[in-house]
Amino acid sequence: MVLADELAKAQRSISVAEFFEKNKHLLGFDSPTRGIITTVKEAVDNALDACEEAEVLPDIYVGIKRISGDVFRIIVEDNGPGIIPEQIPYVFGKLLYGSRFHQIKQSRGQQGIGISAAVLYAQLTTGTPTLVISRTSAATPACQVLLQIKIETNEPDIISSTEIEWDRTHGTRVQIEFKSSLAAKKRLLEYLRYTAVVNPHARIRVDLDDEPETFERVSAEIIVCPKAIQPHPHGIEIGQLQRMLASSDDPVEQFLILGFSRVGKKTAIEMCQISGISPEKPAKEITKDEQRQLITAMQQVNVPAPPASLCLSPIGEDLIIRGLQKEFPMDFIRARTRPSSVFSGHPFMVEAALGYGGKLPPEGNAQILRFANRVPLMYQQGACAITSCITEINWKSYSISQQGLPIGPLLILVHVASTNVPFTSESKDAIASIPEIEKEVTLALQELGRDLKQFLSRRDRNRLAEDRARAVCAIIPEIASKVSEIVELPVPDISPIEGRIMRKMVVKRDLTDGLVTIDLNNYTTFDGIVSVYETSLDDAAGAKPPADFVTSVGNEFTKVWQIPLTPGASWKVTWKGRGGGTLDIRGIEAGKLVVVDLNV
Amino acid sequence: MSKSDLNRKAIESLQKIAQNWYDQMKGGVIPSINLPTRTKHNIEFDDESEVWKYGEKESTRSAASAKSAMHILKMAWVIWFLKKQIGENRSSTLRELYYISEGWKKAKFGAQDESNFLIEDLEILTDMQREAFHLRPEEDGATIFGPIELKEVTRRGERKIHCRDDVGEAGYQIPTNVDTIDFLDHDARFVVAIETGGMYARLIENGFDEDYKAILVHLKGQPARSTRRVLNRINDQFKLPVVVFTDGDPWSYRIYASVAYGAIKSAHMSEILATPQARFIGVQPSDIRDYNLPSDHLNERDIAALQSELSDPRFATDYWKEQINLQLKMGMKSEQQAFAARGLDFVTKEYLPKRLSDMGIL
Repeated sequence: MVLADELAKAQRSISVAEFFEKNKHLLGFDSPTRGIITTVKEAVDNALDACEEAEVLPDIYVGIKRISGDVFRIIVEDNGPGIIPEQIPYVFGKLLYGSRFHQIKQSRGQQGIGISAAVLYAQLTTGTPTLVISRTSAATPACQVLLQIKIETNEPDIISSTEIEWDRTHGTRVQIEFKSSLAAKKRLLEYLRYTAVVNPHARIRVDLDDEPETFERVSAEIIVCPKAIQPHPHGIEIGQLQRMLASSDDPVEQFLILGFSRVGKKTAIEMCQISGISPEKPAKEITKDEQRQLITAMQQVNVPAPPASLCLSPIGEDLIIRGLQKEFPMDFIRARTRPSSVFSGHPFMVEAALGYGGKLPPEGNAQILRFANRVPLMYQQGACAITSCITEINWKSYSISQQGLPIGPLLILVHVASTNVPFTSESKDAIASIPEIEKEVTLALQELGRDLKQFLSRRDRNRLAEDRARAVCAIIPEIASKVSEIVELPVPDISPIEGRIMRKMVVKRDLTDGLVTIDLNNYTTFDGIVSVYETSLDDAAGAKPPADFVTSVGNEFTKVWQIPLTPGASWKVTWKGRGGGTLDIRGIEAGKLVVVDLNV
Repeated sequence: MSKSDLNRKAIESLQKIAQNWYDQMKGGVIPSINLPTRTKHNIEFDDESEVWKYGEKESTRSAASAKSAMHILKMAWVIWFLKKQIGENRSSTLRELYYISEGWKKAKFGAQDESNFLIEDLEILTDMQREAFHLRPEEDGATIFGPIELKEVTRRGERKIHCRDDVGEAGYQIPTNVDTIDFLDHDARFVVAIETGGMYARLIENGFDEDYKAILVHLKGQPARSTRRVLNRINDQFKLPVVVFTDGDPWSYRIYASVAYGAIKSAHMSEILATPQARFIGVQPSDIRDYNLPSDHLNERDIAALQSELSDPRFATDYWKEQINLQLKMGMKSEQQAFAARGLDFVTKEYLPKRLSDMGIL
């Protein structure tokens, strides 16, 4: 027997499940610590995608519980549309099974590997099958399935399937047990927090080994689910074209118009002309040579960019800011959504935000939040195109120090949304270096950097002004005392002057010749309504302007004026009376208020 | 005005400044003060009195800025000190005031220029002279020699002094406060104000004052206020012509200008300090040429000063334009004492008599 014959005996096909069993790192299961994050991430991604498709506000529960030793039970439950019982085994028990792989639109999951990989991992580490409960509507009962994956064939292995009572009317719950550790607890919470930032419409409740935490939603607006679009002629490869041609019953012209986005009659005919194929020729009958000519022609013809607004779902500047503000209190925060753009026929959009100050750590590298299609990227920061864009920007020109990465109390958020986010690997940790994407990221960050610089210089100016005001306020009392000594009179109350210099709101009450006066001067930037409460024996019936309302207790009257004030505005009220009593100002913080009562 | 009236008026005017600040603060207003802008861009020629005075431009110093607040604080301390000093009938020099401020903590002056400047501000605000505040400059007054008699009120009583017969070779020393002297009588036809001590001594030694009935006044370079005040008063009281005799260089022409038209620093009192009738006798650039005087080359700074004088309104006469242009063309300058090259008597026997008769004084 020749060697080749012996070798031939060993040759056999490999199931995709077997392949991933050996290459766990490709799916993000390289260590038990990381496995737990990947599992939660895959389950939460699926839950958010499902809710988006069903156009419901996501309500997601994540439970992690130590069962015994290093075995953990992970539960993720959502209020999505549910999965019909027949599909459940395939969704969870077969790798590379999914609804979104063949669609061209922005979605979190794509290949249908993630969650089934977690099932596989559980099976490998504890041998425990995965429990799935799903219900599609109030009219149908919930279905509970216990399943595993047949590794040799990559087919689901259903252990049991029963109808059960469930308190949710629709949704899915998955319960997976595997060996892991909670060493990466901080990172897990970080992942959930980042997820909450870019999914401001979601509420995520977490029970992390009996430590509950809730990430509340900041927006009750249901996000519009992106629509799937046809492939773009510039983003197609020969293999895909061959398959599409083979399954088409139309002539070439019609095939091009119906099968691709942004191709109309004129463009289709132009493509046919360049490739020398008759528009009437049935698509099925195109020869190999013609296929090659056609694909070349498709690249040559000018076709508008794919309809990004349909298939992409950017978060939006306002919601990014609100999402960030909720989780990271900062002094400055600004977001930018760039116009959509295209790489190799795939539409994409870059969003970015910069935050500064507040509770961010004042030293060390800036905090970088990377997202792809609303999913946080937690690993391989150094390998990511976003990081290289950040390091290549000259942050010093925006008054931020830099050593490779910018340094200081800075938060940088970058979100890349695309129908096909170019990751460096299947574990989806880092975005590949695509010049078109890098250009957009850089532009967005530079725009934000300019805003930040303006904020910083204004802040410095304000600080300087405050320092100056303090210096003046140290001198004024000395002037007052010296001047009083010269004119031989008592030292005047200089608090209104200090209030004015320190930019506060100064309220002064005085009684002269039987006339009570309350003067209010707003030297602050306060813009709103303050209420003046004056309680005395005067009923102030003839007050100008009259009080907004008056209450009396015994013989005392409380007069209330509600005064809308803009920065720099002043207000005054007078009435005939005896004065006395008390004065109270509400609606402005005490630190910004100086009350001078000359009538006591 | 009697001395006690003057003291009372000084205290009142100073107190008025403080009272104004007090009222401002009482009313919740940030204390402030208005002063004319004291730069050469705010100097205007007053046709009536023929002197240069501060113009309309005013700047407000408000305690809203730390710098101005500090200025007001220092001013308050100075007013407080002056009020006390006048009340106690004491006096101090400008330099003493600067040292006294050492004990004023924050309000202490950084340099004497600062306190001098502040006193000038007070003069402007009160329309009074610093002497009324019992402040005097520390520099000596210049000297007078010639046929003039005056009365001085000294600490040891009144003295009548004849400025030739009762004084030594150096003449009568002008006190810092000229208001203590009264001019009684004279036997003079004109006054010569002389820049350098050497020429002043030469004229005395040669008996120029006796021969030509001249009152000699030594300016000692750029003249002090008291010297200028004396010239102004002699001119005003006895209607005697005043001529100014200086070196023949651009800086000396400015000495003449400050005698005749007033200085920027003291423009608020030009009317009592300047003598618009004073005329320039020499050394003229044309004298350098005509008498072939020993001379030096003009340096760059001299040339720049001459150029700037050409655009100075105080020198905007045909006479000065001609002389300055001539000097620029020659590129030469000469000192007063260069006349010695033609003999020690030349200046008194020939030059001055000729110039005086050309000017119609002799």
